[in-house]
Amino acid sequence: MPDPSNYTDRPWMDPEAEPFIKVQSVSKHFGDFTAVDNVDLEIYKGELFSLLGGSGCGKTTLLRMLAGFETPSSGYIFIDGVNMNDVPPYERPINMMFQSYALFPHMNVEKNVAYGLRRDGIAGDEINQRVDDMLAMVELTQFRKRKPHQLSGGQRQRVALARALVKQPKVLLLDEPLAALDKRLRENTQFELMNIQDQLGVTFVVVTHDQEEAMTLSTRIAVMDAGRFMQIGTPTEIYEFPESRLVANFIGSANMFQGRITENGPDHVIVQCKQPDCEFYIDHGVSIQEGNKVWVAVRPEKITISSEASDYNGNNCIKGIVHDIGYLGKLSTYRVKTADETLIDVTSPNLARPKDGNLAMDWDDEVYLSWEASSAVVLTK
Amino acid sequence: MNNGKRSRFLFTVTCFGMAFLYIPMIMLIVYSFNYSKIVPVWGGFSTRWYTVLFESEVVWKSVILSLKVATVNAFFATIIGTLAGLALVRFGRFKGRTLFSGMITAPLVMPEVITGLSLLLMFITLKELFGWPDKRGFTTITIAHITFSMAFVAVIIQSRLAGMAQDLEEAAQDLGAKPFRVLTDITLPLLAPGMLAGWLLAFTMSLDDLIIASFVSGPGAVTLPMLIYSRVRVGLRPDINALATIIILVVATGVLIAAWIMFRQQKQRQLELQMSDED
Repeated sequence: MPDPSNYTDRPWMDPEAEPFIKVQSVSKHFGDFTAVDNVDLEIYKGELFSLLGGSGCGKTTLLRMLAGFETPSSGYIFIDGVNMNDVPPYERPINMMFQSYALFPHMNVEKNVAYGLRRDGIAGDEINQRVDDMLAMVELTQFRKRKPHQLSGGQRQRVALARALVKQPKVLLLDEPLAALDKRLRENTQFELMNIQDQLGVTFVVVTHDQEEAMTLSTRIAVMDAGRFMQIGTPTEIYEFPESRLVANFIGSANMFQGRITENGPDHVIVQCKQPDCEFYIDHGVSIQEGNKVWVAVRPEKITISSEASDYNGNNCIKGIVHDIGYLGKLSTYRVKTADETLIDVTSPNLARPKDGNLAMDWDDEVYLSWEASSAVVLTK
Repeated sequence: MNNGKRSRFLFTVTCFGMAFLYIPMIMLIVYSFNYSKIVPVWGGFSTRWYTVLFESEVVWKSVILSLKVATVNAFFATIIGTLAGLALVRFGRFKGRTLFSGMITAPLVMPEVITGLSLLLMFITLKELFGWPDKRGFTTITIAHITFSMAFVAVIIQSRLAGMAQDLEEAAQDLGAKPFRVLTDITLPLLAPGMLAGWLLAFTMSLDDLIIASFVSGPGAVTLPMLIYSRVRVGLRPDINALATIIILVVATGVLIAAWIMFRQQKQRQLELQMSDED
């Protein structure tokens, strides 16, 4: 039983919480093409929810339906309990940050940020006050008279964020918010976004194709493929307990082996694989009949690589030779080839500095791989 | 060596091309200062044809008519053409869109005599049926010019809109602007350069037009191209040379001013780019 005091951080666990955004069996067709295929989704107040998927998976279409730029072919969207199907974009309690930022090129920073407030007919003094506060928050006060084309990419991104947030929307939609920034700026901005979300308590819905971005930002992630949700869960759930091979492969990388269940106990299963020829002892039960075909996924960083045979006891371990090494500085990735020519990826931190420029392990070295009984995941689809 | 040869070749070709373009105009300007009444015979320098020109009421009347037609035409053609362009690009797939888009570009390829003839026919029929327009002149010429120059404006607006990202308009809607506000706050300001280009094109095409105006004009209404054409039909005339020289001067001034403005804008943009780089 989850502890009720944790519900504030995890409203989706609370059986009594009302979802703030409710997507109910929504589909969207463009001609013959189905962009979004009968999806259901509940997002709670204060969440930072990510829609993650490759291009063409329907994540942007879903976001545009939330914003009101597309109407669902069927199904309903509720925001704060109100059916949004016939509400035009300009009347929704939602603001969006566009991937291109969509700053008005003929207005300066100040006017861009004030535009939404002007349309709401707010008094001039209040507009000035709120624009000032917002520009101070995104640290753009000294650029307020600049036109968008006189700003750098990071500055433009902050103007777009300020313009969307100044209206104090109940929900902020972000379409690939960090895609146009370079790596260093992206990391800083990620944390800035999280701070702002924390401060204002706005519900964020983020569309992204970048799994790292989704992992660091989100309270929950929905992995999308071909217009459907593959899995919805916290970053940890999705990474540690993927429900399908597609999710396991999309989030991080995984070694995937096909096998059959030979023993199914209440607290463990044993899967016999042919390639590599090895028995996997896994310490969580599954509701599958013995003899069924399954896949076992093991993350590269959960495998220990060692040149000592000491841990080699036949269970959850295998012998091989180093086929390839990728030195990444803080860690190295090894590709190990077993006796039956199966390739297994392993990542291992470089704890000690290599002696005389030689790495701890070298090409064609004989190595032993081992992993914990809790590290592998059984997948059925 | 090879390089020098090539550049000499280029130089010759350029000179030849320039001569081909400009010698006729230079001849025209030179002969406009000819004292002699017979154009190709040089009779000494004089500005008498300019005086004749300025004292001619017919010439002034035709200049004023042409400018009036061109201005009114450019105004309406820009409005209607812009609306047509917006309808074609922004309103998605409405019924008959392909037909509409084909029909709006038809006047661009239609021979002018056909356009002129059909418009004349229409005006005559209208007069038979409704008694309007009771006499052909300024109104009929302007209407005829609007029908063909709005097609050009529509094409310019269409291409400019297609290149303009739609997310700006969506962003405005998202921030609470109703569709009409989006049009006035975002779309039209961003379209302004295209509309200005369209206005200028419609204006010059109207000033330029001889054929359509000849068809739909009536007694007493003579545009400048019609006047020039009717006068030289019976033989070259020195006062028309003077008139043409003045037109060349006006056009050249206009082009120079436009070039200067563009040059300044470009410099300004470079300056701004440098400024944003320095941060």
